[in-house]
Amino acid sequence: MSWRRIWALNLRQLYVMRRSFARITDLFYWPFVDLFFFGFLSLYLARREGAAGIVAVLLSALILWDVFFRVQHGISISFLMELWTRNLVNLFVTPITVREFLAAMMVWGLIKISITATLMTALAYLLYRFNLFMLGPSLVPLAVALIVFAWAVGTVVTALILRYGQSVEVLAWSLPFLFQPFGAVFFPLSVYPAWLQGPLQLQPLPHIFEAARALVAGRPLPLDRVGWAFLLDAAYLAAAFAFFGHMFSLARRQGLLLKVQE
Amino acid sequence: MDAPVIDVAGLTKAFDRSRAVDGISFQVRRGELLGFLGLNGAGKTTTIAMLLGLIAPTAGTVRILGQPMPDRRRDILARVNFSSPYVALPYDLTVRENLTVFSHLYGLAAPRRTIADLSELFGVAHLLDRRTGSLSSGETARVNLVKAFLNDPDVLFLDEPTAALDPEAADTVRSLLLRLGRDRGLTIFYTSHNMREVERLSSRIIFLHRGRIIADGPAAQVVRDYGKSDLEEFFVALARSEREARV
Repeated sequence: MSWRRIWALNLRQLYVMRRSFARITDLFYWPFVDLFFFGFLSLYLARREGAAGIVAVLLSALILWDVFFRVQHGISISFLMELWTRNLVNLFVTPITVREFLAAMMVWGLIKISITATLMTALAYLLYRFNLFMLGPSLVPLAVALIVFAWAVGTVVTALILRYGQSVEVLAWSLPFLFQPFGAVFFPLSVYPAWLQGPLQLQPLPHIFEAARALVAGRPLPLDRVGWAFLLDAAYLAAAFAFFGHMFSLARRQGLLLKVQE
Repeated sequence: MDAPVIDVAGLTKAFDRSRAVDGISFQVRRGELLGFLGLNGAGKTTTIAMLLGLIAPTAGTVRILGQPMPDRRRDILARVNFSSPYVALPYDLTVRENLTVFSHLYGLAAPRRTIADLSELFGVAHLLDRRTGSLSSGETARVNLVKAFLNDPDVLFLDEPTAALDPEAADTVRSLLLRLGRDRGLTIFYTSHNMREVERLSSRIIFLHRGRIIADGPAAQVVRDYGKSDLEEFFVALARSEREARV
């Protein structure tokens, strides 16, 4: 694994971002829109229902959800950018390996979310006096678990685009939202019908968001939830890498690396 | 005699029921400037893609610089480069940024100096801070060639290197390729539809037709063997017979 080649692909993304108003805006536009909407909605609900803790519940869920969405999005969009600029062949005739290519996209997802999460956390504090860091260092394993699952989903989306071309690029935006209603993101797992709760816990998100709500409520970090999240993360990431490897071999057999960017 | 730089044996690629490349075998020696020719759809692009590890062969083997492709893909691609007008450098980066990114991908020790030297050589130094997407097709072709020489390759694959250039620029590029090939002992494997260019540049040609090699040797010899006056006449005759066969 060459860190220099991984850095090269991230440097390419940074070059694009530093002069593109659209790319810079993308870092904060939707996160800020969400933050305004959910922030004021939760203020309204808190006053009307007298549920004082709802601001913290919703805003922490929103920021953590954005960690998942933005990391996944960063991976898929960096791959799509190579297709849109017809650069994929140029990259794969250099010594870069598939592993380095994937690693570069993952690092880019991290860079993007570091900027976005910082901005969101600061704005949430300024507007609503909500301090995400009050959740303490227990927040770190939850963020890491979200990032790993986002890597897995982003890798799957990228593999599908590699296989089926730009006609399925909409998955980069839409697929993560499939997890939102079924990930117990903004409400507890107990809201779902009893028969659905078991199957839903086969994905990491309900464990992560249940753990986050426990922290917001002032309870200790539920280690069993964190353990399950990381166990499932490992399984999904391994499956995602295997899926990408399979799709890449298929792309080489069917000549898709040349066709996919046409 | 030196070991072949490119060694292809029984190379075949089948897509569904058609065979794009049908059991071709050839060797290319160090310093050869090989014109890889054929009508559209003859299998040239598929062959080059297999040599570069972009497409997996259905059968046969490829060895580049003595190493098997794709098993030693990373080692091979560090010593090989490729340029094609149909594969773009990202348009939203400046020329310098693009070349810097590729310098890192090839692990260059002194990227700035290499970029400066090659940009001078190919006459694009004044374009380094321009957006790649704003260049003319001729300027883009020369920038692509700078990219292709970044890693000081032993083997260069060029897909129609002068297709987008005006006659004067094309002549400059041809002279440069001849000189660089000679001075650096570079092996150049290139495709072109400009038969006069091929006759001037190539030390040898391979003519591919329906996925098979139908001619292999110096251009003058191939022309003589087929009883034609030049390579253009050979190409046109083949294209017409192909069209009549379809009708």
